[in-house]
Amino acid sequence: MALKIVKGSIDRMFDKNLQDLVRGIRNHKEDEAKYISTCIDEIKQELKQDNIAVKANAVCKLTYLQMLGYDVSWAAFNIVEVMSSSKFTYKRIGYLAASQCFHENTDVIMLTTNQIRKDLSSPNQYDTGVALTGLSCFVTPDLARDLANDIMTLMSHTKPYIRKKAVLIMYKVFLKYPESLRPAFPRLKEKLEDPDPGVQSAAVNVICELARRNPKNYLSLAPLFFKLMTSSTNNWVLIKIIKLFGALTPLEPRLGKKLIEPLTNLIHSTSAMSLLYECVNTVIAVLISLSSGMPNHSASIQLCVQKLRILIEDSDQNLKYLGLLAMSKILKTHPKSVQSHKDLILQCLDDKDESIRLRALDLLYGMVSKKNLMEIVKKLMIHVDKAEGTTYRDELLTKIIDICSQSNYQYITNFEWYISILVELTRLEGTRHGHLIASQMLDVAIRVKAIRVFAVAQMATLLDNAHLLTGNMQRNGICEVLYAAAWICGEFSEHLENPVQTLEAMLRPKVATLPGHIQAVYVQNAAKLFATILKNQEGNTDSTAAQETSQMMIDRLPLFVQSANLEVQERASCILQLVKYIQKLQQKDVEVAEEVSALFAGELNPVAPKAQKKVPVPEGLDLDAWINEPPSESESEDEQPKAIFTKEEPKHSRPRHTEVDEKELARRREARKQEQANNPFYIKASPSSQKVYQEAPGVEHIPVVQIDLSVPLKVPGLPMSDQYVKLEEERRQKERAEKKKKEKKKRKEKRSGRGKKHDSGPESEEDITPAHVVDIVTEEMPENALPSDDDDKDPNDPHKALDIDLDKPLADSEKLPVRSHRAAGAPKSSAEDGEAENATPQEPKKKSSKEKRDKKKDKERDRKRSKEEKKKKKHKHEEKEEDLLGGQAEEPVVQSEEMKEVEAQPTSTSAEEAATVAEAAPAPEAPAGTAADSEPEEPKDTETEESSSKHKKKKQKKEKEEKEKKKKKKHHHHHHHSDGGGEESVQNGTVEEEEPLPPMSNYCLLAENSYIKMVCDIQGNLQDGSQVVVSVIFENKSDSFLKSMEFNVLDSLNSKLQRPEGSGPHDGLTVPFQLPPGVSNEARFVFTVQSIVMPQKLKGTLTFIVKNEDSSTHEKLDFKLHFTCTSYLITTPCYSDAFAKLLESGDLKSSSVRLEGVNMPFHHLLARICFHHHFSVVERIDSCASMYSRSIQGHHVCLLVKTSGQTVSIDAKCDEPTLLGNVLDEIKQTFSQC
Amino acid sequence: MIKAILIFNNHGKPRLIRFYQYFAEDMQQQIIRETFHLVSKRDDNVCNFLEGGSLIGGSDYKLIYRHYATLYFVFCVDSSESELGILDLIQVSCSFVFVETLDKCFENVCELDLIFHMDKVHYILQEVVMGGMVLETNMNEIVAQVEVQNRMEKSEGGLSAAPARAVSAVKNMNLPEIPRNINIGDINIKVPSLSPF
Repeated sequence: MALKIVKGSIDRMFDKNLQDLVRGIRNHKEDEAKYISTCIDEIKQELKQDNIAVKANAVCKLTYLQMLGYDVSWAAFNIVEVMSSSKFTYKRIGYLAASQCFHENTDVIMLTTNQIRKDLSSPNQYDTGVALTGLSCFVTPDLARDLANDIMTLMSHTKPYIRKKAVLIMYKVFLKYPESLRPAFPRLKEKLEDPDPGVQSAAVNVICELARRNPKNYLSLAPLFFKLMTSSTNNWVLIKIIKLFGALTPLEPRLGKKLIEPLTNLIHSTSAMSLLYECVNTVIAVLISLSSGMPNHSASIQLCVQKLRILIEDSDQNLKYLGLLAMSKILKTHPKSVQSHKDLILQCLDDKDESIRLRALDLLYGMVSKKNLMEIVKKLMIHVDKAEGTTYRDELLTKIIDICSQSNYQYITNFEWYISILVELTRLEGTRHGHLIASQMLDVAIRVKAIRVFAVAQMATLLDNAHLLTGNMQRNGICEVLYAAAWICGEFSEHLENPVQTLEAMLRPKVATLPGHIQAVYVQNAAKLFATILKNQEGNTDSTAAQETSQMMIDRLPLFVQSANLEVQERASCILQLVKYIQKLQQKDVEVAEEVSALFAGELNPVAPKAQKKVPVPEGLDLDAWINEPPSESESEDEQPKAIFTKEEPKHSRPRHTEVDEKELARRREARKQEQANNPFYIKASPSSQKVYQEAPGVEHIPVVQIDLSVPLKVPGLPMSDQYVKLEEERRQKERAEKKKKEKKKRKEKRSGRGKKHDSGPESEEDITPAHVVDIVTEEMPENALPSDDDDKDPNDPHKALDIDLDKPLADSEKLPVRSHRAAGAPKSSAEDGEAENATPQEPKKKSSKEKRDKKKDKERDRKRSKEEKKKKKHKHEEKEEDLLGGQAEEPVVQSEEMKEVEAQPTSTSAEEAATVAEAAPAPEAPAGTAADSEPEEPKDTETEESSSKHKKKKQKKEKEEKEKKKKKKHHHHHHHSDGGGEESVQNGTVEEEEPLPPMSNYCLLAENSYIKMVCDIQGNLQDGSQVVVSVIFENKSDSFLKSMEFNVLDSLNSKLQRPEGSGPHDGLTVPFQLPPGVSNEARFVFTVQSIVMPQKLKGTLTFIVKNEDSSTHEKLDFKLHFTCTSYLITTPCYSDAFAKLLESGDLKSSSVRLEGVNMPFHHLLARICFHHHFSVVERIDSCASMYSRSIQGHHVCLLVKTSGQTVSIDAKCDEPTLLGNVLDEIKQTFSQC
Repeated sequence: MIKAILIFNNHGKPRLIRFYQYFAEDMQQQIIRETFHLVSKRDDNVCNFLEGGSLIGGSDYKLIYRHYATLYFVFCVDSSESELGILDLIQVSCSFVFVETLDKCFENVCELDLIFHMDKVHYILQEVVMGGMVLETNMNEIVAQVEVQNRMEKSEGGLSAAPARAVSAVKNMNLPEIPRNINIGDINIKVPSLSPF
């Protein structure tokens, strides 16, 4: 035996460990793969052994091999084995391997659930830590669901090391199991204020990550983060928060205003560049979101730009890069402030770092003006010449074109210059952007009529020197330029100086080496040119010249007829036949020129790119209908000629479904339209384009530009754009001089004494008049054009599932799955409850919130709170811990609620949802319980508390008043809440506090005998229009133990008690708890109702067993459940404008009621209506208020309450008169009772 | 979020890879190659940010890297991370850490350390970044946690307990070639003499 062990360990001595493996691989450089495969064989042997140490060693080696790219998923089960070892060393190896190679589809993962759970609850914090770390890498939806609760428990672990890991991993859990977000969120929020900075940082991290994807749900946390930002010293946390604010500000401009100051302070004070940079970034985001109305706006911009300048000037390339990056963000909104740093940015163009140069280029785009365009482009052209890498040069090229062509060539004053620039760019070798240059040439030539003469001359030169371009054309795209050149020369051939020469150039044999589509254009335009030549020559008496031209065509064209390209061939043979025929006619001395040029007659006009869209669909034409049944495969698509000036979308070659849905069709149509719109050769027969025709100034209106002949027009291979810079300068000077003269004149005439007007300053943009008129079509949009759809989110984005409203209280169903054995016995907890109530009479006071403004919400919460109170007492121990945190948290919550108010989220379900939460927490550690705890507490007088003494109430009131005062003070300090608006008229359910309200309760007595008292409250269920929830509080009045309570109701046709599936229609429902003496507890029952317009009564019975020490008796209690119409109403907030619209709509029937002898303050009256009848105040002005509510079936109920003296008149409108009548009756009754 | 952490040497050989999003092994290798290709052609005196490669992430992602002697440390991060923060995280300058941690824990980190102790480096890394999120930036804290865990491992006898360590010391003497086929039979013969112990 001993021998065997010794042998085993000696065996192991010669097993390779990781170091041996690495060394071995290094020693077998030449046959690495072979060596590794033998190693893998060894590892397989090792994994077969029972010894866990051997296995762990093998797994460790596998991890290394995985890094080298070997698939090790076959060992997944062994990895799980090693993970489950009790030794930390092995466990760690196992988890490491798992985190490297497990993923969602690894099937053994499901075996790990229990092991991981065990490790999570291990007494050794490092076991837990290792498990958490591993889990963070391979968590699956199943694991997330099963372990969410365990991890959430760990968030409150005593060791910060575990806490921070647990907090961090929650993000991964949320991603995989979005349902866990809401239950876990309160605790996560709590961790923002954890005493340990690491945990705090982790919580900030997670919330920032969540908020980045769905910022609007986290707006309510802004005050808390604001506090953290001003208090935290951890740069990492600060950076995260500041980044988060950058994401939040676009949603809440008021937040931005608050941020400017602290951020500015940070910018001034911090020494950490990373923090400074993020601050600047966020300030920029704030400034972008604030479109106007900032007094010190420019100061902040100035500060940012100034700080960025420091960054850019820094020798550290990283800072330089980031500075430029941030600068480009400012540029979008405040171009002026960036423009003053042009020198710096131009300097960056010379930087040795390509990334920096590219960033600087981005910036240049926004910095050009009419004034400096030429200068900047000149600089760029120099860079183009110097640039070594083609990618950078291509980038420069596209940037030059972008800069020049931006917003309809807005900044170009001299198009001759621009054409020269384009021509110069064609000399770039090896650029991929030939087509870009070509499209620019075409665009300019077509749209700027005045430039055509010049453009044609330049293009003719280009064609003449085509050999320069085509030298190595096979591999570069520059020959695309010839496409444009040929087309321009053909189309505008009347401007050619020497058309014959150009024609000759176009028919050179060398042309046949060009790509097919270019040849085709050559052939076609040769024909156009030919027509022009004929026309010119026919005027002359000498007919031989014309015949010579025809002969040349006939000689040269056969070359193209033989072309392999179908398009070229077809066009060439057509034209060849035509020319032959013309020649015949010429020989007969027939005048043909007129007719030939008629072939190409017609002016080409620019059309708005979106004009096509505006074509109205003729009546009776269904564009979506198939003309022929669609073929099953799109075979013809591939045959389409390549579009040159539009980027072709990748085509699907796989068979498409025959039924293409509407959307897809629309999209395709759109794409097609786009393509056509972009195609200059596509003839658009649209009314708007006709309009364009009319509007487009005729040729005669265009000022003829005098071309300065000092400019060498035809020097091939020489850059000439520089000349224009000089010329332009002169031109401007001249203009300026003229202007000055004029102004002087004016001044003389006016003889104004003001010497303020000095003209010496830099000339402004408007002063520069363009040398050419650009025939630019304003981009018209069809009247019913929709704003372009926002970038639709990827439906597969995991973050989409996390778009969850976190402000809504938790519902019953929203609990993390807990293992079943945890459920604690109900009677025990209720017994504790009783004790707790006696033991901590002070506690509710501590909790009492100072916030009473928000009456509506408060009232909703009332009931829930009373229930929570009980539960709270149950968790006395937890309570104390949380109290500390709660105390701090209170204030931000107040603020956040005020923020919420602005959003006016429907909170109507809160009461009943919360009730569920309270009830659903019988187990002391149930997480959902703590979830609700973080809400501010307000003890309200309900039946449960009736026992509490009266002076306590007084104390409470006092306390409340004090807090009220405090709060008012706070208002001045903390201006996070809505600072504008709504002071004179109170909106959205808020009732101004004038004097404390008497406590109210909606619970009414249901039945009572010597053993038990039942009170109930009935609430509609917003989610389901046919459900009402009846909450019944059972109170044991006797000295005996009450058990086996069964609740039964005699169903009516209209209302039925919802019973669990499988039970009969007359079976009772078991009340899920027992009642020790003197204890009360609440149960909820759901009823389905059909019609809600009438109140209704249901008879019911409660049966229970009274158990004494010696005997037990069976007792019963009859009751009548009264479903009032009020109970079908749900408090729904309503904006005053929506309210007005509702009243105007005229669908509502009106009715009114008068109440006499009501002597209570108006706000009490309103509060009562709100509370007892589930209304919310829409608007209140003096002694008049409008109120709103909605039934569970969506009926609108609007009230106008007026008071004068003791008379209250209520005018009401509702779309269901019966319901309205009943509600009004009930309101009347409420006030007659008091 | 950090999407991946890659460490490779001047020749593109991976020394540590840590993906926080699943990629198949061949894809991982391709990403490493692409990243190496992008990073290696950059001079040392240019900025340390690169708009991400096409394989990971896309436009929202950036590569942030540092070049140390023979090693490249590359973090692939999205826009929620601060560029300079991550850079600091990689480097020494602030109290932020990563290489610093390696420095401390391995006395002077060099490529060989990483090659032979990939697992250790992983363990350190796990204390800094967890599941793609920065867990801890306080160097002292990181070092402390790593050390405690190493002590635990030692007390458990490590991966290859005492006898093996002795052997491994022998092996580390860098004999040109350890006889590969040591026959257990030979040892068997000697074993009886051990039995009296």
